Amino acid sequence: MTAPATTLTETQQAALIRKLTALADDEIILAQRGGEWTGHAPILEEDIALANIAQDELGHAGLYLELRRALDGTDPDALAFTRSADEYTSARFVERPKGDWAFTMLRQYLYDAYEALWLDAARHSSYAPLAEVASKAFREERFHLQHTALWVERLALGTPESLRRTQDALNALWPDVGQLFQAEEGEAELTAAGILPDLGAVKARWDGLVVPHLTVQCGLGLPPAGAEQPGRGHHTEHLAPLLDEMQRVYRAHPDAQLW
Amino acid sequence: MTVTRSPLTTQAIWAALATVPDPEIPVVSVTDMGMVRDVQIGETGAVTVTFTPTFSGCPALHVIRDSIGQAVRDLGAAEVEVKSTLTPPWSTDWIREDARERLREYGIAPPAPAEDGLIQLQADATRCPRCASFDVRMTGSFGPTLCKRLYVCDACKEPFEGFKSV
Repeated sequence: MTAPATTLTETQQAALIRKLTALADDEIILAQRGGEWTGHAPILEEDIALANIAQDELGHAGLYLELRRALDGTDPDALAFTRSADEYTSARFVERPKGDWAFTMLRQYLYDAYEALWLDAARHSSYAPLAEVASKAFREERFHLQHTALWVERLALGTPESLRRTQDALNALWPDVGQLFQAEEGEAELTAAGILPDLGAVKARWDGLVVPHLTVQCGLGLPPAGAEQPGRGHHTEHLAPLLDEMQRVYRAHPDAQLW
Repeated sequence: MTVTRSPLTTQAIWAALATVPDPEIPVVSVTDMGMVRDVQIGETGAVTVTFTPTFSGCPALHVIRDSIGQAVRDLGAAEVEVKSTLTPPWSTDWIREDARERLREYGIAPPAPAEDGLIQLQADATRCPRCASFDVRMTGSFGPTLCKRLYVCDACKEPFEGFKSV
């Protein structure tokens, strides 16, 4: 059976708000990085594909922030467009500059695999509104994963140059990826209550899917895992300039009704 | 002068909604797509339409919401609420059979039956909407809208769009 919002304790509610915001923040920042390719991708089809993926990720961020709105009444647009870097809770993994095409595709792939598996598990959340959102978003996320998995393969098995770039991207990204699987404050209690997926189980499935694909299928070498990650309050220097760019229009016209 | 109208029925509302086109694929309506879940008329005559979004990031959602509201107001309803629900999640299996045929005639390959829950790295088989051949290549796994992919048919050499199976 699924539980209505009213059965959440105050601590659970605060922890869920933190988690929903972290999930949304990752999606917003990654979507912004993906959107930076608009008009610049190597071929038209990929320009369109990345714009599509970014649009989906923003859609998912919207779903998470609507769940948050139901808990504390905050406006999703205000959260996205008025919080400063200090208030954002994105992972450093999604903040890094878009890099080259191999970096962009590999990051999106590692993220898509994480998101698809997290959503798959969240479909069984005991918190009905989250289960609904996850069921919706999961169907869309599969397409991202199919797309980026194929690109990683194509790049790794392509030319020596594309292989070198893909390996460089993996070396750069691998130490950061663990932050996606790090629990937020109070998350353990929500997991115990069946409200949130068990991150350890999601990570195990992720390893089972991604590691053989990268090594056996794509012939890439896994770099050593990163050290323990600091919390989501610790950002890269890349977040603030990204937010400046992303929030410029909203901040200039805070009362605009039509875009 | 007052205009007298026949009392509003849910049947009339459904019929009106059947004429509201999908803004991105105008050959099908919002009811053809299975987006309208429920129509209720309250005791005071206030109308509530429940609809479900197709893709969560679809930029046409607010246009769809506004067109649904307008279509009901055009029938004379004073108060209209358009609610959205995610449960159960929309699936391309809900697109009506005759609408699939219209999609095909319009040049968009209708979706294959949706699979639930499988994480697989392979795409579904798709048939060319023009010559019905399966000898097709996907040239873009994302198309001009969130719901479509791009293909080329190797039999008749025509490019076409295909609906994703969601």
